[in-house]
Amino acid sequence: MKKIAVTSEGPSLDDQVDPRFGRAAGFVVVDLDTMETQYFDNGQSQVMAQGAGIQAAELIARAGVNCLLTGYVGPKAFQALSAAGIKIGQNLEGLTVREALERFKSGRVEMAQAANRGAGR
Amino acid sequence: MIVSVASGKGGTGKTTVTASLATVWDESVLAVDLDVEEPNLHLFLRPRIEGSEAAQLKVPVVDESRCTYCGACSDLCQFKAISVMGRLILTFPEMCHGCGGCIAVCPEKALSPGQRELGEISWGEAGRAGFLMGRLRIGEAMSPPLMRLVKVKLDEMIAARGGDAIIDAPPGVSCPAVNAVIDSDVIVLVTEPTPFGFYDFQLAWEAFSPLGKPMATVVNRAGLGNDDIYRFCRDKGLPILAEIPFDRAIAEAYARGRIIAEVSSELRETFVSMLGRIREVAKQCCPKGVAHA
Repeated sequence: MKKIAVTSEGPSLDDQVDPRFGRAAGFVVVDLDTMETQYFDNGQSQVMAQGAGIQAAELIARAGVNCLLTGYVGPKAFQALSAAGIKIGQNLEGLTVREALERFKSGRVEMAQAANRGAGR
Repeated sequence: MIVSVASGKGGTGKTTVTASLATVWDESVLAVDLDVEEPNLHLFLRPRIEGSEAAQLKVPVVDESRCTYCGACSDLCQFKAISVMGRLILTFPEMCHGCGGCIAVCPEKALSPGQRELGEISWGEAGRAGFLMGRLRIGEAMSPPLMRLVKVKLDEMIAARGGDAIIDAPPGVSCPAVNAVIDSDVIVLVTEPTPFGFYDFQLAWEAFSPLGKPMATVVNRAGLGNDDIYRFCRDKGLPILAEIPFDRAIAEAYARGRIIAEVSSELRETFVSMLGRIREVAKQCCPKGVAHA
């Protein structure tokens, strides 16, 4: 079973990928076997003064996600996601959630080795 | 008596005023640089440093053999400095504010205090004045934890030597500036009569008024700009303790690291009278405050 979380500006597959990870509006979590989707609101992380990326990582780790598709990930979130064994596909901003998933399924999303943003941005 | 010298805008003359006041002080005084992000009082007072110590913040260290991943620590920490994800516990020491809450709530006693270096505290003598400063470690993002440790040392030194203290505060009106003035008996706001100086001066007055401490103003570079500051001080009942003229001789002395009170007998008299007026202001209480906190 493979569960993918995509940072999203809204709850559906046709919403835009939210470029931010820690302060994303929410996560569309897709079970690749059944294509069932579930939406997790990330409002609690958005209002944090600091540590939004860490809290967002906790949220998707608890949802049983194995892989994250997003725009940018900061260093602490990257550390937390990596420690939780969650693979990260970055630089997917400008796509819809569905397009990001299609790109991932066709094998055209490379898994990141490092954060692509500074802390707190 | 503890006097803090603050400002809204940076570069208005806090250190100039602090160094000069320390030089003309009529009793035992301790000069304290609490602008730990960029301390510079020592450049003027040229103290003989007698001791220094590394300042440490207590951050949690996990004993994984005891941790049950219950998440009590993670739920408590509003800074996400400790995070539990399933059977995984992570710490982010650089995010920790050192409150010790996680260590206190852990039911398994799996957390113990470790250390993050905040910077250095040093002390000594500068002529007749005592001297104390903090210097933040390069890369450290938070200055209030170090400032609090400098203030603990301040209390120890005042208890040992008696007398007064004068604090050179950081600029601005955020946590570091408030931390610098919050334990003082009187706040001296140094400003300059320029539009930028006046704007930030109002912010400082608004930020510090709710503390309910006597406040007073020193106008530096008097002769520049306009009358806005004078009008504001009159309206708010803020005494103007002194004016320091906008003068080339003062700028030259400053640039050479000299203490302004030693430039001329007139300037010395300006600071002697400023000190007298600070003592008068410190005796007052309950200035006109702003309505909101």
